[in-house]
Amino acid sequence: MTFVLPPGLALQKVDERIMTLNVGPQHPGSGHMRIVVQIDGDYIVACDPDPGYVHRGEEKMAEYRNYITNIPHLERPVIHDSCNVLYPYVLGAEELLGIEVPERAKYVRVIASELNRCIYIMYWLAIYGIFLGHSTMFMWPAGDRELLIDLMEKMTGARVTHAHFVPGGVRNDLPPNFEDVCLRQVNYFEKRIKEYAAVFYDNPILIARTKDTGILSRQDAIRYGTTGSVLRASGVDYDLRVKEPYDVYDELDVHTNVMKEGDSYARSKVPWFDMLESCNIIRQALQKMPKSGSVRVKLKPNPKTKGLESVYKRVESGRGSLGCYIVSDAKVEPYRVKLSVPSFRNLIALPNLLRGEKLGNMPSVYWSLNYWPVEADR
Amino acid sequence: MMNTETENSPADDKPEVKSPPPKPTPKKPEVAPVELPAFEKSISDKMVEKFGDKIQVGFVKEDRVRIDVGKENVHDVAKFIRDALNYDHVESVSGVDYPQDNEIEVVYHIGSYTESSLARQILVLATRAPRETNPIPGNDATRLPTLRDIFYSVEFHEREIFEMFGVFFEGHPDNRRLLLPEDWADLPPLRKDFAIKGR
Repeated sequence: MTFVLPPGLALQKVDERIMTLNVGPQHPGSGHMRIVVQIDGDYIVACDPDPGYVHRGEEKMAEYRNYITNIPHLERPVIHDSCNVLYPYVLGAEELLGIEVPERAKYVRVIASELNRCIYIMYWLAIYGIFLGHSTMFMWPAGDRELLIDLMEKMTGARVTHAHFVPGGVRNDLPPNFEDVCLRQVNYFEKRIKEYAAVFYDNPILIARTKDTGILSRQDAIRYGTTGSVLRASGVDYDLRVKEPYDVYDELDVHTNVMKEGDSYARSKVPWFDMLESCNIIRQALQKMPKSGSVRVKLKPNPKTKGLESVYKRVESGRGSLGCYIVSDAKVEPYRVKLSVPSFRNLIALPNLLRGEKLGNMPSVYWSLNYWPVEADR
Repeated sequence: MMNTETENSPADDKPEVKSPPPKPTPKKPEVAPVELPAFEKSISDKMVEKFGDKIQVGFVKEDRVRIDVGKENVHDVAKFIRDALNYDHVESVSGVDYPQDNEIEVVYHIGSYTESSLARQILVLATRAPRETNPIPGNDATRLPTLRDIFYSVEFHEREIFEMFGVFFEGHPDNRRLLLPEDWADLPPLRKDFAIKGR
């Protein structure tokens, strides 16, 4: 009797020397993702990332809903960074529907997206701390994050899934006295994260575990098409807030943080610099924001153009450049929505970084890629 | 501004300005010839100069140039984009299903990190594969040449297109499933004829 292989499955030859190890998908060291590593002794010889355990078909669902009802579910891929993950979709929908955004709304968006960036990075940093057995670095960011979550709650009414950006502005105006509270909290937050340097980034144990592991050269970072902190840690000066400023980023002074080493240490430190930069941007935006005015224009449900029309917008999210490709066929529902997410783009570096590393370095290399499994799976 | 002021001011003060009466509602200007952005136009011109009628320029907008190309030329065009135009990575590969044309479109969004003048630019390279009503992914005519040997960054993106649309990329080293379960035996789910239950 011959064995018939079900479609999609493949037989694998087992080597005597090489052991295959499944890390995940339920392992706390991988998130909702399986990494199949082949190890020879303690060294990884091959690695096969297997995402898809939290694939929810966001892109398919978006074809059945109109432009505004798409908003709450399209922010689900990264709930901690929900403003940024929604941002390119909203920008694209505005171009298709032909909506101009009020000036004040643009500043509110910038503030919300910078706060979200900090919230995401703090969460990511907390997990990075616990990956490396540094429980202080789990507790501190998880606690300090609350400051900014409170601000977002004041602004939007929800702690994590805000659904705040809509085509044509933001859902609600800022509450009274928000500017003062925001400035105070952000100043305190900045002072607080500066203390992380002494505890985390100058910690000899952390340095020993992350320095010179998983080195991604500049050429490879470009060739793999990586983005965000991974790219900037390898010495490429690329940040969409500077290179292709959207909304009011061209009126703000944004500084890009670049490190040259390309190892896990640099990749873990660049997001920390990004948080400090976000505090600067929030302060500038609070100062330059028009003190009053409309924050939302009336939504038009139909695209302005007849026939097929496509738009590709991208923003710099907490993990890197996040693109959204929308094809419209002049109906109220988009014909196709594609999210090009930074986690998915950075994933291609993982097999190449892990080859030749020790198995014990896997968590530090893997999480330094700023990878969010739910986002990569969409 | 000036016109409205003079209209409101008494006529005897400045009698000479009476002669040009303010126009009522300005007529909708007839569609002016669209001024194409110069830098983006130069990119598309370079491509047209090289490939002639093998490619069609889909649109030239600010920061975005779209090139449509047949599947037999997509490899050469991509090679030209990388070597002569200095684009170095693919940001996004999207499939779009067009059942009415019996075709599946695959759209590459190509960007550049190394060339500073191209930092804002995205080159949109679109090609189309024939579509089958009853697809057998990997074993039917829905095929395209891979761009993985030119742009390494498309590797996972093309795997995703293969499972979501059934477009087989010839020459791709690793055409396995990526996001879907290994035993998925239904239609490729992002095709238009795969319907969500209850919708």
